[in-house]
Amino acid sequence: MDQKMDFNAPHSMGTTIIGVTYNGGVVLGADSRTSTGVYVANRASDKITQLTDNVYVCRSGSAADSQVVSDYVRYFLHQHTIQLGQPATVKVAANLVRLLSYNNKNFLETGLIVGGWDKYEGGQIYGVPLGGTIVQQPFAIGEMEDEILKNHCSIEHCFPGSGSSYLYGFFDQAWKEGMTKDEAEDLVKKAVSLAIARDGASGGVVRTVIINSEGVTRNFYPGDQLPLWHEELEPQNSLLDILGAPEPMNI
Amino acid sequence: MGDPSAETQRTLYPYVTGSSVVALKYKDGILMAADTGGSYGSTLRYKSIERLKPIGKHSLLGASGEISDFQEILRYLDELILYDNMWDDGNSLGPKEVHNYLTRIMYNRRNKFNPLWNSLILGGVKKGQKYLGMVSMIGVNFEDNHVATGLGNHLARPILRDEWHENLTFEEGVQLLEKCMRVLLYRDRSAVNKIQISKITEEGATVFPPFSLKTYWEFSAFKNPTVGAEGSW
Repeated sequence: MDQKMDFNAPHSMGTTIIGVTYNGGVVLGADSRTSTGVYVANRASDKITQLTDNVYVCRSGSAADSQVVSDYVRYFLHQHTIQLGQPATVKVAANLVRLLSYNNKNFLETGLIVGGWDKYEGGQIYGVPLGGTIVQQPFAIGEMEDEILKNHCSIEHCFPGSGSSYLYGFFDQAWKEGMTKDEAEDLVKKAVSLAIARDGASGGVVRTVIINSEGVTRNFYPGDQLPLWHEELEPQNSLLDILGAPEPMNI
Repeated sequence: MGDPSAETQRTLYPYVTGSSVVALKYKDGILMAADTGGSYGSTLRYKSIERLKPIGKHSLLGASGEISDFQEILRYLDELILYDNMWDDGNSLGPKEVHNYLTRIMYNRRNKFNPLWNSLILGGVKKGQKYLGMVSMIGVNFEDNHVATGLGNHLARPILRDEWHENLTFEEGVQLLEKCMRVLLYRDRSAVNKIQISKITEEGATVFPPFSLKTYWEFSAFKNPTVGAEGSW
């Protein structure tokens, strides 16, 4: 059957998003694919968005909904910071996200992972899935589950299942308490790249953001810097490079 | 955000849900049990969600259903208890009053076609009087010596009807609850093996730390299910 390209389908981020706490801060990670139906509208999007100097959010689900929620929360947090006279806490940021998600649960289709560092509680990760539940976790993986989506979406624009489902087993095995910053970032990089390997809705590059008492570090890992998984081959410029000398003719 | 017209404002389906809660009256008060799981559709997504919470001095609330709505109910109750304390008149809301408040909230939301998607169990002791009640998402409420939500109604209550009696000791009550939770573990798809038990007595509420139950699989019939019935699956 020939797939019709519906360019008017809502932009959805199929997505793999991850937030991990480590000894001293948090690491946020995400893929970079934004899809419109089956077409990849943006292959290098940045799904990790800044809310304040010390709090970032990973966005998944509807691109529009997650962007608008981020904008409102950034706006409220800015005012809150001025009134408070010091940086906002991660908890406050996460609860603002929850308020918007919960009170508009019938209209929004976005799952968010809020992560950051503040001087009171150190590094924290809060998951705010569809529906507006807020759950603090040592690590969180993002959104979008088949059954929930089937209920929520009446139109077939949603990408059923997404990268994070592939990661539950991986994290159950690989996650450890008290990792170092490098161990945590490696874990996140590995996890996102594994999800990209199996999830059609995830792809592109891996972006990570590390937040701790010293500040924020953004990293960028294109596909060729990531490990290869099962049945994946080393990328080449051309077949001709592999073939080497042309075969001699036989008479 | 978008200004909702009357028609568009309704909760249609739950997202992150908690499974059954079981509770019973015992000699000194109420015992309640629930697992700490939060399911997201068929995925057992969150494994450490506490669904049993003390309310004020005299009550315990257990909830199944949509976790975000449960979190909202906790905020309502927090406000209720705060205002009660602010009267500073030596009186405090008992389980009967809290149960009534919850019933009104649930029923009124149901009338607006925008229910809080939860089944709630409210238990407590005040002035030696034990109280155990339930409210559903459509506002059905009642009191009993033992209650359960969700699948617990079908799996746990028959056990309780058979084995519950007046003046259970704490140990007997805990073992009875554990029996019910074990059956739910075997037979409820959304159950998670991390259980929390809590008790409330005249002295106050205690929520015990989560623990896991041992399960039994050594039936010989399990090892060879098709022996004795050639050709079956």
